[in-house]
Amino acid sequence: MESLPLYAQLINLLASVLLLLAFAMLAQRRVVTLIDLFAAQGLALACSTAIVAYATAQPHLYFSTAITLVLKVAILPWLLHRLVQRLDVKWDVEGLINVPTTMIVGLVLVIFSFNLAVPISQLANTVTRATLGIAMATVMLSFLMMITRRKAIPQVIGFLSMENGLFFAATSATYGMPMVVELGIALDVLVGMLILGVFFFQIREQFDSLDLKHMEKLKEGEAE
Amino acid sequence: MSAPDLVVGAIVLWLGLGVAGLARPRHLAFVSRVVFPLGAAVGLALAAVALSAISAAPQMRELPLGLPDLPFHVRVDSLSAFFLMLLGAVAAAVSVYSAGYFRSSEGTAPGLVGFQYHAFLAAMALVLVADDAYVFMVAWESMALASYFLVTTEHRIPEIRRAGFLYLLIAHVGALAILLCFGVLQGGSGDYTFAGMRQQSLIGAWPSVAFFLALAGFGAKAGLLPLHVWLPEAHPAAPSPVSALMSAVMLKTAIYGFLRVSFDLLHGQLWWWGVAVLALGLVSALFGVVFAAVQTDMKRLLAYSSIENIGIIAAGIGLCILFRAYDKTLLAAISLTAVLYHCLNHAFFKSLLFLATGSVLHATHERSLGKLGGLIHRMPWVAWLALVGTLAIAGLPPLNGFVSEWLLLQAFLFTPSLPQSFVNMLVPVATAALVLAVALAAYVMVKFYGIVFLGRPRESNLAYAHDAGKLERTALVYLAAGCVLLGIVPVAVIALIDPVNVALVGSSARTGTSAGWLFLAPINADRSSYSPLIVLVVIVAVVLVTIQVVHRLYHGRVRRAPPWDCGFPAQTPRMQDTAEGFGQPIRTVFEPFFRMQRHLPSPFDGKPRYAVRVEDPLWHWLYLPIARGSDVLGRMAGYIQQGRISVYLTYSFFTLIALLLFIQ
Amino acid sequence: MSMSAYLSQLVQVAVALMLAPLLVGWVNQCRAWLQNKRAPSLFLPYRTIRKLFVKDAVVAQNASPIFRLTPYIVFGAMTCAAAIVPSLATDLPFARAADAIALVGLFALARVFMSLAAMDIGTAFGSLGARRDMFVGFLAEPALLMVLFTASLISSSTSLPQIVDTLAHHEIGIYPSLAFAGVAFTMVSLAENARIPVDNPATHLELTMIHEAMLLEYSARHLALLEWAAALKLFNYSCIGLALFFPFGIVVSGADWLAVMSSAPLLVAKLAIGGVALALIETLSAKMRIFRAPEFLGTAFMLAVLAMLVNLLLGA
Repeated sequence: MESLPLYAQLINLLASVLLLLAFAMLAQRRVVTLIDLFAAQGLALACSTAIVAYATAQPHLYFSTAITLVLKVAILPWLLHRLVQRLDVKWDVEGLINVPTTMIVGLVLVIFSFNLAVPISQLANTVTRATLGIAMATVMLSFLMMITRRKAIPQVIGFLSMENGLFFAATSATYGMPMVVELGIALDVLVGMLILGVFFFQIREQFDSLDLKHMEKLKEGEAE
Repeated sequence: MSAPDLVVGAIVLWLGLGVAGLARPRHLAFVSRVVFPLGAAVGLALAAVALSAISAAPQMRELPLGLPDLPFHVRVDSLSAFFLMLLGAVAAAVSVYSAGYFRSSEGTAPGLVGFQYHAFLAAMALVLVADDAYVFMVAWESMALASYFLVTTEHRIPEIRRAGFLYLLIAHVGALAILLCFGVLQGGSGDYTFAGMRQQSLIGAWPSVAFFLALAGFGAKAGLLPLHVWLPEAHPAAPSPVSALMSAVMLKTAIYGFLRVSFDLLHGQLWWWGVAVLALGLVSALFGVVFAAVQTDMKRLLAYSSIENIGIIAAGIGLCILFRAYDKTLLAAISLTAVLYHCLNHAFFKSLLFLATGSVLHATHERSLGKLGGLIHRMPWVAWLALVGTLAIAGLPPLNGFVSEWLLLQAFLFTPSLPQSFVNMLVPVATAALVLAVALAAYVMVKFYGIVFLGRPRESNLAYAHDAGKLERTALVYLAAGCVLLGIVPVAVIALIDPVNVALVGSSARTGTSAGWLFLAPINADRSSYSPLIVLVVIVAVVLVTIQVVHRLYHGRVRRAPPWDCGFPAQTPRMQDTAEGFGQPIRTVFEPFFRMQRHLPSPFDGKPRYAVRVEDPLWHWLYLPIARGSDVLGRMAGYIQQGRISVYLTYSFFTLIALLLFIQ
Repeated sequence: MSMSAYLSQLVQVAVALMLAPLLVGWVNQCRAWLQNKRAPSLFLPYRTIRKLFVKDAVVAQNASPIFRLTPYIVFGAMTCAAAIVPSLATDLPFARAADAIALVGLFALARVFMSLAAMDIGTAFGSLGARRDMFVGFLAEPALLMVLFTASLISSSTSLPQIVDTLAHHEIGIYPSLAFAGVAFTMVSLAENARIPVDNPATHLELTMIHEAMLLEYSARHLALLEWAAALKLFNYSCIGLALFFPFGIVVSGADWLAVMSSAPLLVAKLAIGGVALALIETLSAKMRIFRAPEFLGTAFMLAVLAMLVNLLLGA
């Protein structure tokens, strides 16, 4: 394997860290640690964007880095911590299927994404295109996390982590996206968070718990 | 005299010995002092002949037996010679053991058992040298029939009869698949000799059909999932020497058949065949070892362990097919070497363990692990030799199990050079499954050895256990020595196996750079090398030096005292781990694999009882529905049988009218 | 192989034997500092081993020769492992006889013999300990193998000196798959060396023991050898970790033994930092119950498999 320039190697490394964190979130049971892992993921993302900005001399990516840092490493985790404290959902999160099975499914998804990405990444013309597979794998794993969790907060974190993966795919495959697109996505995510926050309060008031299986009761009420 | 003549001579001799035993069936001394030892001698002679035939050119012979138009063809080439050597070497040991094992002349007559036994051996040898489909099927069926009678030696017990029936049923299902496979392979030419089949070039989907029929048929006999259910029933039901022979040699004849069809009779392999066999092998390996961990009967445990080893062998064959499909013949040769080496290793250590359990059974009349224990004090010979077998099967250096697993792992590590990325990515997962199976095998074997031989006796009658007799000891020593030798001089063994590689995959496994006789270096000494002899010498040297230094510098005094009882003085031997207890962690982790029925005591029971039964889920998902389905079909067919003569006559009448119309 | 190679091999084994108890003492001292306690002397493990050698051996009435032979075999296996792992130099003649897979095989040999010896005593507790240790082992051993395979995929060789040569002496490369492998390796070495969060090495409650359960019945010189072997195991695992993930400073083949001796201080420094990290992990985590251990080790196993997959994807 011919040696890549230093920035490409660093981006590869940060990509692996991203995947590692996605996997760790899949296996994690405590909500507080989950939020911290999400913050770490945001940090890795910001670093990789900064490196791409430096290496390809695109100053507008520095703004992306700043936004990512402020939003994903500072504001969102702080909001989520406060939410967790207000809603009092600190204890262990149990999934629909047990942790080892989740991880095996996760591994299968990773193999699937890697294989899918190999022909696609031939089309891109960046040095870091091999990380497209990792970005897709992160998206898949976050989706899996959303599916297999029972409480609401981990589902939100899965949603946000999916967005992390997509953002990383964009920076690695195309060296960033137009500012408009990026601001649009960021706004979507922020609005989504606000709506979900409102939702959680309503759910909590209705059922006195954030366990989403209570939502199934709504169906039975209708069926009468 | 050429090799085929000698082999046919050995077959005839075995049959002759068997018939001779029938002359005085109840005369124990004749059977056990004359017939069996002579059979062992014939086995050794066969192994010697085969040894020299491995590196010789293939030789054919047409025998005047058989039907007028279908004479028997026999052929000895390197593949047959390798498996003949395996058969001869192991059969010799088992025959010597049996001479000492069958001690009573009540029950089934010893002469009858001797006849069935030698017929079994003769049939297996004939399978290995068969050169056309006809004699292959004759020999295959005789092998199944002879082993059925051997399995049901104690036919008065219903479970044993049931086990024999299941065995025969699945053997026939497999034989049907093999027959169909030969039918496809002859490609419409009507020539059922293997030489004719080699000339055929099948097109379209027919090679795949033949391949998968062969996989089904030979897999049924070898014990691959899902046709494995007969193995855990038949092996414990048979007498121990027969179990040893079945597990060590009969399963390998199935592997021989599969190799013969996939590499010799079919030209050109497809990559997805290799992936299928690899996947099936790994699933069987994991299944076998996980079930072995929860067994309470020592022979069932060894039977499931055989399923695991056959799974590993099948995984190796899958890898070989994969490499061959991509024309990487050197790597295919290495994986084939690993497969054949593992066949040889498994034959030696599995027969050693089964024969050891035979001695334990003889001495204690107990098969259940929960009633054994502490036998190392009463049966030291058996215990120490079984330790060699246990360490070998657990895959620990420097014994033989480790060498074949090492070779297989090396072959797996070469796979990233394959062109298809999907297959490349499956390889880490496959390697992970393989190493998991190997690690679990160590767990299972520690359970087996520890509960049977170590600790304190769990029942009081174990104090009367006696050690194995002289003949039994000889056989066990021979097999243990084989395990050690196969582990220490792998380079010589690989040199032996190499002609088979050349014949089947077209390349030798030894490359130009020779690392010497001491080091096993499959590709390149820089890449990886292993020298078991040096490892053994160094470990032994360190151990001896440490013992000497410690005893000189300090002292070697020892005092005996009762063990630590954790503050509970009334400990009995029954409080040691039972077999269920030792398997409990595996049961907890792998719960989805099993179908468990538990009976838990409630606080209100007068006599609380705990019982757990672990069953094979495939039995319930696959076999019982098929059995019920065939029952339903049978009942529907029964409507034809009305029981009245006029109805039957009406059937004949209508058939006659239909035929007359048809002829017109 | 030249004389200097054999000499450097012997020096390495001797350094391992000498330094291993010191490493254990250092980890204990760091733990005590972190927990605001007064630490015992750094050389306490040496004094313990010597004290044990002098005593009379007391052996259970039921014990067979396997029980008495096991400490020597375990010690021998760990010494052989120390001869394979490149800690000071990669010029190791013995490493040609045993590669990474054989290294794991040696660890398995030691584990199997200890379990057999524990079952030999014939008490309920011995077989409990054996069962638990084999349980932790059957998940940790595959994970370790997969970590070593990741490294061997990168360097196209399973021979440890070769791996170190490739990782240390090619241009400074960052291998992302090694990031995964590093996390997996840390988890595996915590489990195999009987450290929190898998097992508490300082516990005296029998029901929580895994590794200690198998040592419980041993005394005197047998216990001394087993304690030394456990220290050697920790040393070996640390050296494997350093060789795979921080291989700078290990002398490449062809140097003389003076250079080998001069790489010793760097090794000591690296081990000291590793000891602090270990003590930190132990202080910050809590011991898991035994049935959480499969999840923990299963995660390590999956991460190691993932490391191989990332390697295949990225080529690094």
